[in-house]
Amino acid sequence: MALRLCALLGICLALISPTPSAQAQDIVADLSQRSVSITANFDGSELMIFGAIRRDGPPQEADPLEIIITVSGPSEPVLVRRKEKVAGIWVNTEAVEVDAAPSFYAITSTGPMADILADTEDLRHRISIPRAIRSVGAPQEVDQPESFTDALIRIRKDEGLYRVEEGGVSLQEQTLFRSRVALPANLVEGDYEVRIFLTRDKQVVAEEDTLIAVRKVGLERFIYTLAHEQPLVYGLLSLTIAIVAGWGASTAFRYLQS
Amino acid sequence: MQIYLPIAEVSVNAFLLLGLGGMVGVLSGMFGVGGGFLMTPLLFFIGIPPAVAVATEANQIVASSFSGVLAHLRRKTVDLRMGTVLLAGGLVGAALGVVLFNYLRSMGQVDLLVRLCYVVFLGIIGSLMFVESLGAIRRARSAAKGKPVAPPRRRERKWVHTLPFKMRFRTSGLYISIIPPLLVGLLVGILAAIMGVGGGFIMVPAMIYLLGMPTKVVVGTSLFQIIFVTAFTTLLHATTNYTVDMALAVLLLLGGVVGAQIGTRIGARLQAEQLRVLLAALVLVVCGKLALELLLQPAELYSLGDAGGH
Repeated sequence: MALRLCALLGICLALISPTPSAQAQDIVADLSQRSVSITANFDGSELMIFGAIRRDGPPQEADPLEIIITVSGPSEPVLVRRKEKVAGIWVNTEAVEVDAAPSFYAITSTGPMADILADTEDLRHRISIPRAIRSVGAPQEVDQPESFTDALIRIRKDEGLYRVEEGGVSLQEQTLFRSRVALPANLVEGDYEVRIFLTRDKQVVAEEDTLIAVRKVGLERFIYTLAHEQPLVYGLLSLTIAIVAGWGASTAFRYLQS
Repeated sequence: MQIYLPIAEVSVNAFLLLGLGGMVGVLSGMFGVGGGFLMTPLLFFIGIPPAVAVATEANQIVASSFSGVLAHLRRKTVDLRMGTVLLAGGLVGAALGVVLFNYLRSMGQVDLLVRLCYVVFLGIIGSLMFVESLGAIRRARSAAKGKPVAPPRRRERKWVHTLPFKMRFRTSGLYISIIPPLLVGLLVGILAAIMGVGGGFIMVPAMIYLLGMPTKVVVGTSLFQIIFVTAFTTLLHATTNYTVDMALAVLLLLGGVVGAQIGTRIGARLQAEQLRVLLAALVLVVCGKLALELLLQPAELYSLGDAGGH
């Protein structure tokens, strides 16, 4: 008992011992769930992200620490088309391919992004939504190529797939933090990456990454697998269901009438 | 009650889908149209990805058409011989249509083509039917009032009646060449594959005006042909694009088969002319809406699509 107490005291002393030149911080975090199961009645989910800042010194009063959390779904290339009026009707004319855009992207932070993150750091870590989308460049003949990425962000924001919640993270005593991220019902299967950034004076001082597996389970899993691995069987099964349902309704109605 | 669709990868209200299926099923049973030209745009509207909507709709049409055709078979209003001839043309047409569709997709602009097809075909057919059936109703009214009515004009010998390979279609009371029905089936098959519909709204008027079939037989025969063409399309979509959503199809067809039964019974009570005026009005409304979408400036000029498919 006494030995354990001594050891604990030693650790505490080691933690408190001042290293004024470069104070190091670290993030210890956990999630309310490590996987999301998509079942037949899946209607969105909520992810709770919480943790603490571990540091080898007392909190510095001068430059407060800030937290930024991002949750991103699997990235895929997207083709963005623009309509123009040709001969009186609205037609898709120009198209720009965005090389990789996350299917879902949520940012939540302790404060306004502009105040807690420098542009150079944003560029390096790809934190804000425009930076998280990778676009190598539009063809030369397309005018206003940036309007295509803007449109992608606008449409996905309207669908609730891209969200920014500045002030969504609560940070207590510069040590304990927690936040909630709502996952929408139109979630796509895949590995979702949760990144937690710790910033001071707009510079990222620590980062912690975790993966969450979003998977279909049960009947959803069965249908999806069958459709992709046995497409002919799946197609015939769909037709059988259709024929049986059609016959069933017809017979049922005949009984009702007689 | 929300339900997550495994292939479409979206969550939607199950009762909404049942309701939509039921509503379109009633129309399907009444008019002998598959209802695809109404259901497909409705599915886009509630957020189902277009590729999944088109493929799943084909599967649902199989169910509602089957339910409808059984009711017609019992009333002996299906011309099986004519249906088989139309079907032979239809299957060839559907295969050609899929090839044409993939070729046009490689050039881009397939969406525009589909929309233009809808507007042009719905517009022409809707207007023709509307004018013709209004005329028929007016004639019937004046006959009822006891005014002298000119004796019904004899059908003049059109080019349709001069072609070879004649066949007797007893249920329809026709003795015509099989070439026109084959061509009608072929054309409907091509359009069905491109537009992602059963094609009833084109076939029904073609059977009435081009082949001269009696209205009562037309609906059942059209449903008979649609079952096989849409079953074929479903299999093509399921094996090539994996876009048939079984859960979505089941919900739509549960509503659809019940609706089709109700629709068939309503259809049997209405007069043929009234039925045609209603169908014409419906076709024109859908046509008008699609035309407006092409002509008015959309709220969002940009749209997202899958990259790589170009």
